[in-house]
Amino acid sequence: MRIAIASGKGGTGKTTLAVNLALFAAETEPVLLMDLDVEEPNGSIFVEGVLQSETAVYREVPRWDQSACTLCGKCSAWCAYNALLKLGDTILVMPNLCHSCHACSELCPAEALPMKQESLGKLSYLECGNLRFVESKLDIGLEQASPLIAESLKYADKMFSDIGFQIIDSPPGTACAMLSAVKTADFVVLISEPTPFGLHDLNLAVETIRQLSIPFGVVVNRDGIGNDDIYKYLEQEGIVLLAGIPNQRRIAEIYSQGGLLYKAIPEFRTSLDKVLRYAKGIR
Amino acid sequence: MKIIFTSSGEGWDAKIDPRFGRTDYILLYNEETEELSSIDNREIQDVAHGAGPKTAEKIFSLGADVLITGNGPGGNAAAILNKMPLKIYIKAGGMTIHEAYEAYKNNKLYEGE
Amino acid sequence: MKEIVIISGKGGTGKSSICCALAHLWKDRAVIADCDVDAADMHLILHPQSSESKDFFSGIKATIEAETCSSCGLCASVCRFDAISAQKGKYLVNQLDCEGCAYCYRICPTGAISIPEQKVGQYHISQSRLGCTLIHAQLNIGAENSGKLVSKVKSVARHQAKQEHKDFLLVDGSPGIGCPVIASLSGAHFVILVTEASKSGFSDLKRVWELVKRFNIPGACIVNKADINPVICREINEYLLKEKILALSEIPYSEDFPAAISMGRTLMEQNESTWRPIFEKMGNAIKEIM
Repeated sequence: MRIAIASGKGGTGKTTLAVNLALFAAETEPVLLMDLDVEEPNGSIFVEGVLQSETAVYREVPRWDQSACTLCGKCSAWCAYNALLKLGDTILVMPNLCHSCHACSELCPAEALPMKQESLGKLSYLECGNLRFVESKLDIGLEQASPLIAESLKYADKMFSDIGFQIIDSPPGTACAMLSAVKTADFVVLISEPTPFGLHDLNLAVETIRQLSIPFGVVVNRDGIGNDDIYKYLEQEGIVLLAGIPNQRRIAEIYSQGGLLYKAIPEFRTSLDKVLRYAKGIR
Repeated sequence: MKIIFTSSGEGWDAKIDPRFGRTDYILLYNEETEELSSIDNREIQDVAHGAGPKTAEKIFSLGADVLITGNGPGGNAAAILNKMPLKIYIKAGGMTIHEAYEAYKNNKLYEGE
Repeated sequence: MKEIVIISGKGGTGKSSICCALAHLWKDRAVIADCDVDAADMHLILHPQSSESKDFFSGIKATIEAETCSSCGLCASVCRFDAISAQKGKYLVNQLDCEGCAYCYRICPTGAISIPEQKVGQYHISQSRLGCTLIHAQLNIGAENSGKLVSKVKSVARHQAKQEHKDFLLVDGSPGIGCPVIASLSGAHFVILVTEASKSGFSDLKRVWELVKRFNIPGACIVNKADINPVICREINEYLLKEKILALSEIPYSEDFPAAISMGRTLMEQNESTWRPIFEKMGNAIKEIM
């Protein structure tokens, strides 16, 4: 089964939960952890594994064939993303803005825009005992996370189909990148904080996951701060509260050094255990 | 010399628009003919992504020698402007077109990348 | 009128709380723009009393008109996003998967496909409970923030600030390194970077500063939770020195942040005697530079 850890906004403890949950589960069975927060993958700060392999990920973008081009300018006028520009007698391709829709390439009357492979990012595969850890990192300067996330998931399907328990650390927010990352999950764990900000962002995340019709539950981080509006909300909406992570300065300290929480705080093990049991019961 | 300004209005008294990609107007001053012409760029506000490159494409078609703007172009737009023999001056935001031109003449503007 | 943008590479650094505190400090002198549209939170503290709302359109998506469609399936065969599928012989666009490339629209032999601009949310011009004007936006579920939306919020806010003869436009900037954050920075006079003393906070600070540098905007940095990890805090300060970023303030780990949010208060309202001096000092330092 595949579990995705997600949140309406960044900085709520998503990576902390994903990493701790994966390493905790790996004490008893093989686990795959995928860091798909491709713009800011921070999971490797916490996982000390041995690098097994690195795989480059590509996508297709058009390449301008000057000799075939008649400079009709249709590509530039048609591109919905402004990724093709006609500069005098040159056609310039902006890979950064290209969504790889192939329209320009296939519609060009002179066949002057063949598609070519372009680097999108890199997958690093590490082993740490029972844990297989894949970090997916977008190339610097690139802006589109979704194509890399889709490719990363294909890679996981190909390479790790034998691992029955998989955890995804998804990108924050409720936009396209988050949707791509959680789409294939059997269960989603949303993590939030018991403050009005946390509740507001959780609400957005809940609406998004509901659109995808994937079962989900909520972990409340920094339990004890704020107020109990979030708990009222969960009850009203009939959403399962999976666990609470207490608010302790010590947790923030361990996190800032890249340390693992479940090793230092026994209650945290209990919380992780609750999340795992519930998720596995879904099937 | 042909000089381009990103501008929030038309004429010499308009202010430099500090934005590059989403500048409201592009003004072109031709020093030889002493003509100041303007291009309305406000439709760029409808562009969701890639405003910088689109404005850079327009500027390219004008074939200017100098660009005077505010914050400077973003990465995508800079990649296009670097393809032309264009000198870029920045940090002119807030000046009028006239003031920016005078500052340029007196070498008082900052050179961009 | 000076435009100040507050950004942070990483979430959870306390950026919105700091924005609200500065908004409070300058409530008579500033207009506030919330451009962190993906997680627009300032209205939860600044509680708009009255607002004027407008629909916002951005981007296109394909729709197929059933009567005109001949069910040839060409659209589905060219779509790279697998957004078009046949249901009972009729072709439909899955709006969540469509990326608006318009390829299908261009090749449809019967002209059955249109590409209407999408209503993706709303923006509001509000009177906040502190008195200052707040411009904020709200996206529909699954809708993407864009340079266009941020730019719209900012231009409305800029216009408002000029009309009200304010000294500052305070902008809560967008996250990431893409088009929205570029639009947040565009036209700014000053940038405040908010980070925290953690490994991930520091690495995200470096990434976002690389972007700010492109725009030649002078910057200052606030290190939140500075006492959580003194080693990293020192490394951050060395980095600020090297990059000529003004070290504006170090804020210790404080439960006032979540407590203030929970009560719907600014930090100053939560604990006047602690926070007012800190933010006044920041305010003066910012004014001095500008």
